[in-house]
Amino acid sequence: MSAAQAPTADGQAQGPAVRPPRHEVDPVLTIEDLSVEYRAETTVRAVDHVSLTLGRGEVLGLAGESGCGKSTLAYGVNRLLKPPAVVTGGAVRFHSREGHVVDTSVLDGDDLRLFRWEKISMVFQGAMNSLNPVKKIRDQLGDVFATHRPSMTRRERVLRSGDLLERVGVDRNRLLAYPHELSGGMRQRVMIAMAMALDPQVMIMDEPTTALDVVVQREILQEISRLRAELGFAVVFITHDLPLLLEISDRIAVMRAGRIVEEAPAMTLYTRPQHDYTKTLLSSFPSLTGAHGDFVRSGSADLADSGGER
Amino acid sequence: MTTLEMQDVVKEYHLRDGWRGERLRAVDHVSFTLEPGRTTALVGQSGSGKSTIAKLLMRLESPTSGRILLGGRPVGRSRSAQRAYRSQVQMVFQDPFGSLNPHHTIEHHLARPVALHHPRMSAAQVRSRVLELLTRVRLDPTEEFAARRPHELSGGQRQRVAIARALAPEPGILVADEPVSMLDVSIRLGVLNLLGRLQREENLGVLYITHDLATARHFSDDIMVMYRGSIVERGPADDVLLHPRHEYTQTLRAASPDPERRLAELA
Repeated sequence: MSAAQAPTADGQAQGPAVRPPRHEVDPVLTIEDLSVEYRAETTVRAVDHVSLTLGRGEVLGLAGESGCGKSTLAYGVNRLLKPPAVVTGGAVRFHSREGHVVDTSVLDGDDLRLFRWEKISMVFQGAMNSLNPVKKIRDQLGDVFATHRPSMTRRERVLRSGDLLERVGVDRNRLLAYPHELSGGMRQRVMIAMAMALDPQVMIMDEPTTALDVVVQREILQEISRLRAELGFAVVFITHDLPLLLEISDRIAVMRAGRIVEEAPAMTLYTRPQHDYTKTLLSSFPSLTGAHGDFVRSGSADLADSGGER
Repeated sequence: MTTLEMQDVVKEYHLRDGWRGERLRAVDHVSFTLEPGRTTALVGQSGSGKSTIAKLLMRLESPTSGRILLGGRPVGRSRSAQRAYRSQVQMVFQDPFGSLNPHHTIEHHLARPVALHHPRMSAAQVRSRVLELLTRVRLDPTEEFAARRPHELSGGQRQRVAIARALAPEPGILVADEPVSMLDVSIRLGVLNLLGRLQREENLGVLYITHDLATARHFSDDIMVMYRGSIVERGPADDVLLHPRHEYTQTLRAASPDPERRLAELA
């Protein structure tokens, strides 16, 4: 996608022995053996001993279908899970730019409030509809500063909020708009601006572009990649759209039934998938330009998966 | 056999903003023909008028000007003419979670259109036709599926029921509006394959409405690209996508995720 991204993927794909991958040398987030259970009528283990490392400034793709636990994992990292969800084991460690290591499980109260959004922010699933419909954009963006930067004056808040909007390509005068006055793509940009407000080191994006059409999606992806190059945050990008992840991620982790079944640099995963489920996922997307997927029209392979669905 | 033809169709909506009235031209002089045995894809971004075309074809909206012809003849306004039209033209909707009534069994969903369009069938005949439809969309064991209610089915299974329901009146034309976009990725191709197979078996004319260029290319014979109410490019699927001529088609193609492109850049 961007020129800034290409060397990373290149280096990882060609010479891992010469230069160890960034996520090993300079991690910003390490998830070790994390397990999350939903203790409802029956106990469901939604995240099952997951270990992942996110390198500083890296884009990690998390692919999986609905119900595989990818959103639960994201919520677990941000300590956003509510009962009946229980973290039953493992740890999430955040490595700050200054070299401190924070174990997120011991944070609570004000420490947790300060940590969230400052260090790790999130763009939520269905972000288009997560703005408050009765408050102006100005007030919703300003809220972030009012909470985390209490010393700022009202004028500074409005000024900073305006800067944020311009950063994501929305005109400053939209501050006075209500969410319903903005298009879906613009609302999505506002959510991204909000997640970037405190210059976090990690942004978790949970299906940020799923409801948008391809042209708008492409614009937003380019925006994210430009901002990442400028500001150097790391991204966990969660989606079921594997072709999209293959294009934008440095590394991809494929998740199924709470477990990471395969983790590899994006192009390695594409050219040499190891796990059967990864192969299934890859074959679910007909190719835009290549020959792969022709069987839909010719009917040579009919309903190979009809058993797997039940 | 049945052909469905749109001739120079225009659809305008009136928007009101206080005292001022405004016209929005959602469909702008569109003409095309759906023929038996051919699948035509209609692609374009949201707001381009794709769904308005579907509504016009289902006669949920009437054109501002232009004509819609079934088998070369305009469709009358009488109830019987409408019913005859709907036994020929059927639709599969996008959302399999919203398009089935949670209150009724699968058998009820399929028996209604069968009985409605074949009023002389006995109850036993209707039931055997329902089971046959379930077999055709590969929901086995059919007896068991017939007794279930929608919440007991997965998204893919529900969409199969929706396809079976559309096939119940034995139509010649099927309009499928984003039939797989709400399904999990690993079952999308299964449902598309099923649609493709039924299309070949029944010699249906299919209009596949989508914003996903990759499946449009592999699923359809022809592609029409819609932009702001007009069809800006049309032709055989591979021609349109591999050698796009119109600027908008090129934009659309460049915006679609394509891992091959990155692979080529790295090589």
